[in-house]
Amino acid sequence: MSVGLTLLGLLQSGPRHGYDLKRAYDERFGHDRPLHYGQVYSTLARLLKNGLVEVESEPGDGPERKRYAITSAGVSDVAAWLGEPEKPEPYLQSTLYAKVVLALLTGRDATDVLDTQRAEHLRSMRELTRRKSEGDLADQLICDHALFHLEADLRWLELTAARLDQLATHVTR
Amino acid sequence: MLDAPLLTADGLHLRFGETQALNDASLQVHAGEVVALMGPSGSGKSTLLHCLAGILTPDSGQVTYDGRLLSQMSDVERSALRREEFGFVFQFGQLVPELTCLENVALPLRLAGTSRRAAERTASDWLQRLEVTDVADKRPGQASGGQGQRVAVARALVTSPRVVFADEPTGALDSLNGERVMQLLIAAARDTGAAVVLVTHEARVAAYSDREAVVRDGRVREQEPVR
Repeated sequence: MSVGLTLLGLLQSGPRHGYDLKRAYDERFGHDRPLHYGQVYSTLARLLKNGLVEVESEPGDGPERKRYAITSAGVSDVAAWLGEPEKPEPYLQSTLYAKVVLALLTGRDATDVLDTQRAEHLRSMRELTRRKSEGDLADQLICDHALFHLEADLRWLELTAARLDQLATHVTR
Repeated sequence: MLDAPLLTADGLHLRFGETQALNDASLQVHAGEVVALMGPSGSGKSTLLHCLAGILTPDSGQVTYDGRLLSQMSDVERSALRREEFGFVFQFGQLVPELTCLENVALPLRLAGTSRRAAERTASDWLQRLEVTDVADKRPGQASGGQGQRVAVARALVTSPRVVFADEPTGALDSLNGERVMQLLIAAARDTGAAVVLVTHEARVAAYSDREAVVRDGRVREQEPVR
């Protein structure tokens, strides 16, 4: 999952200090893997260098005097990321979950994120189905394994689509 | 895919009591293409299929088949259309239990006036193609679920329809049998040039389609880029 884009997405609801940003990330997405401070600041430095965030300095010294705000280029990058499907592969849930939550937090249509991903998954599944029909038994079994994994992702997408209202209440409270 | 669509639903609305089953549903199906209608239970995908097939009449909106409005056809004309141009595969209970599997497959041809002998010869070819010749003389109740569905596919295709409507055709089958039914259905449709409108909630079944249309709250959801 792209930490940089996720941090950018979190910044879209308003400027934050690095510490607040880390806390927001950990609360929402870091259950099993909280970010290190070093990673937060190095990511912010990279985003700053690329013009995706800007710094609003407050009087005083130290990193906590800096508030990071997303730039319009940053907003475009988040929009592009949320609009693009992920490459279908096993264990995508954390990235997709982050995208859905960020779409809800930033007032975008989370159903579109899920629909875009469904279309991409089905594209892969069609390709595998075609390969399977042309292949021998070994190909069929290998393709089936991938198909069942992708199908599991799609079930998760459907379930999430059905629970979007609930999730929206949960993430925005 | 630039030809005029063979089958079009345009702004269909249909209400059952308090339930708005279709709410401005639109869809285009081109000749020879396989379209999967997906969506959660109760989203209206089966209702849309039934309207496209002329089984249900929408409260408003139009279904056009090959340039003709279904709403302007008489019941007799619509029945003839369903018998001659459309084929149907459902999840359960579509075969006549008193007839043998061969007679079931021959039935649509017999209804269209084909002689018994010619109808059964064609039906026999279709049973062979669907790999179920061994149940030809059995009644549907004596065939397994997978065999029964293959017989149903043979019956749907025996008249060389231009559109096959398949509503959860593998819903009652295990993975392996479901897969074989889909392979045979799609291969036969491709060979005969029939379009397929496939209602399914299973992604692995939808993966046999050329494209999917997602039905939600009675409407076919258009894919829009996230902004």
